[in-house]
Amino acid sequence: MTAVDHAPGPPGTSEDRVHQRSVLAQVLSKPEVGALIGAIAVFILFFCAASSFRSLETTGNILYQASTIGIMAVPVALLMIGGEFDLSAGVAVLTSSLIASLFCWDLGINLWVGVVVSLALSLGVGFLNGWLLHRTKLPSFLVTLGTFFILQGVNLAVTRSISGQVVSPDISRIAGYNSAKHMFAQTWKIGSVTLNITVLFWLVLTACGAYLLTRTKIGNWILAAGGDAPAARAVGVPVVGTKIGLFMTVSFCGWLLGMHLLFSFNTLTASLGVGNEFIYIIAAVVGGCLLTGGYGSVIGASIGSLIYGMTYLGITYAGWNPDWLKTFLGVMLVAATLVNTTVQRKASAR
Amino acid sequence: MKGTTMKKNRSTRKVLATSAAILTAVSLAACSSGGKAKGTSSDTAGNAGVASTPRVTVAMVTHSAPGDVFWDMVRKGAEAAAKKDNVKLQYSADPDATKQAALVQAATDKKVNGIAVTLANPKAMASAVASAEKAGIPVVGLNSGQQYMAQDNLLGFFGQDDGVAGEEVGKKLKASGAQHPLCVMHEQGNIGLQARCAGIKKYVPGTVNIYVNGQDPTSVQSGITAKLQQDKSIDYVVSLNAGVTTTAVKSIKEAGSKAKLVSFDTSADVVKAIQDGTVDFAVDQQPWLQGYLAVDSLWLYLTNGDTIGGGSPTLTGPSFVDKSNVNAVAKYAANGTR
Repeated sequence: MTAVDHAPGPPGTSEDRVHQRSVLAQVLSKPEVGALIGAIAVFILFFCAASSFRSLETTGNILYQASTIGIMAVPVALLMIGGEFDLSAGVAVLTSSLIASLFCWDLGINLWVGVVVSLALSLGVGFLNGWLLHRTKLPSFLVTLGTFFILQGVNLAVTRSISGQVVSPDISRIAGYNSAKHMFAQTWKIGSVTLNITVLFWLVLTACGAYLLTRTKIGNWILAAGGDAPAARAVGVPVVGTKIGLFMTVSFCGWLLGMHLLFSFNTLTASLGVGNEFIYIIAAVVGGCLLTGGYGSVIGASIGSLIYGMTYLGITYAGWNPDWLKTFLGVMLVAATLVNTTVQRKASAR
Repeated sequence: MKGTTMKKNRSTRKVLATSAAILTAVSLAACSSGGKAKGTSSDTAGNAGVASTPRVTVAMVTHSAPGDVFWDMVRKGAEAAAKKDNVKLQYSADPDATKQAALVQAATDKKVNGIAVTLANPKAMASAVASAEKAGIPVVGLNSGQQYMAQDNLLGFFGQDDGVAGEEVGKKLKASGAQHPLCVMHEQGNIGLQARCAGIKKYVPGTVNIYVNGQDPTSVQSGITAKLQQDKSIDYVVSLNAGVTTTAVKSIKEAGSKAKLVSFDTSADVVKAIQDGTVDFAVDQQPWLQGYLAVDSLWLYLTNGDTIGGGSPTLTGPSFVDKSNVNAVAKYAANGTR
């Protein structure tokens, strides 16, 4: 190599500075880097403040909490980058599990049939969201708000009319329970860490989502559809198909989480899930997704979920007065987002 | 080319047909014992024939959130009484006090024959209750706000005092040597839950509280697990809702804690857990009975001028369900009425 010939001059020479800045700026301008720095900051804070945060056995619990948010934050982030919202994402998770549970309980058939039926119906809800959005030309905020209320009512009314109460019946004695539980709600004990299978789902979804967004044609379509839909359409991007696909991705992940809830808790109350849609959106925004669409990162959204999980449980691990829980959560989230945007701004100013 | 496409189509169809057949076969073969028991009536409690008195309309207006297990039981009790008493029951609910007051006003405007109302937020309800009474409609209270019975001129009141229930639990915990119980609140800012935890703390000063998001079972699970990991000296977990109780079982196991579990309110799962010994005991305020008595008392007043309680609140709890009496409760719990 010719490294000796091109040895860098003393620090401060123009050539060296330009080179260094461009690499640093390149790294820092990635949307997930700010979130990562935020996550490290939150980690250090609780690492110092909470003694139990330092022990290894708490890791599994934090990862579990983060993964149940992350499984949904990944598709929600993709959808937001594609320029849309899904307010039905929280209750749709429960709809998935209720469908499988009530279907199999009422007919007395193998749970795997319910799992498949639930997947089909959940994907149908996602398709309907995207299709309605396309046909009505209403903002997705409104369309999915409608779906949110519809599903909330359906969850309650159907559960009550089939099982006679607002709690779904216990499915643990129905055939197929053990194998399905193995698939959707398994835990492994590794040393003192209890790892839930949702963590695996979360990591795989993050990897797939990140690959899809940054390495494939579809990723370009998503970014284009969210950035400027008319312009994207003009250059031949299938905007409608992309958006319907994104809503169905949200539904698919909702189904996955719904199956986990069902096989992990066996019975579910029909009113659950409300409010979680905002947590998914919060995780995506903390992770660097713009509320206006066209920009963001899947890895960032997963780090956002981790920040949320660490903060929510960190307050308990630190033993702080729980009356302040929501306040701490709010401060932490705003701070993490501020760190993120500051890093972004610094990077783009360079 | 055409040939291969057709062949491909045919083979796709074949695969589809086969998988459909397998699916059907699996479904038929798998008819299992865990599903709905066929041919059994799910709700037989209070099934005592129908009164021959004239049909009257009673409105029940509660502060329940949609889909709440507890309030489902209250409603079932009210429905059972209505059926027996030849009463047309109009149930409505809203957790927002001003909206609940509007629902009471709407019932008054409809000139119903009687109103049963919860007073979780007594001040917001006072004027609507007064307006109903002014219109000559008898009003009974249930579940919460018993101290306002005289002030609101209620005909009767059926419920449990949350503070008293908490104190009773506190006494029981103290007697069994509890030092450091954990009181799990599933709703931040709910006065009833605060009163329960405060009641426990009165007798066991080492009581600590945490908040969990009751709308998300994973958040409940990891929240309780975190607290148990952080504070190993916790010897009792007190859950304030039946759904949280069943989730807390998982948390205690995951955290490797030796803490015992105590529950407010019962459900089929909690009753089973008491039989198993996973849950020590449950505090029961008999929600089904609250709904039943509220409607029944209005019917008794309308048809015979009776007042249950004779001007004082009628307490439906706290009673305790533990290993000694759980089997008696179990068969009703399976129906969703205890």
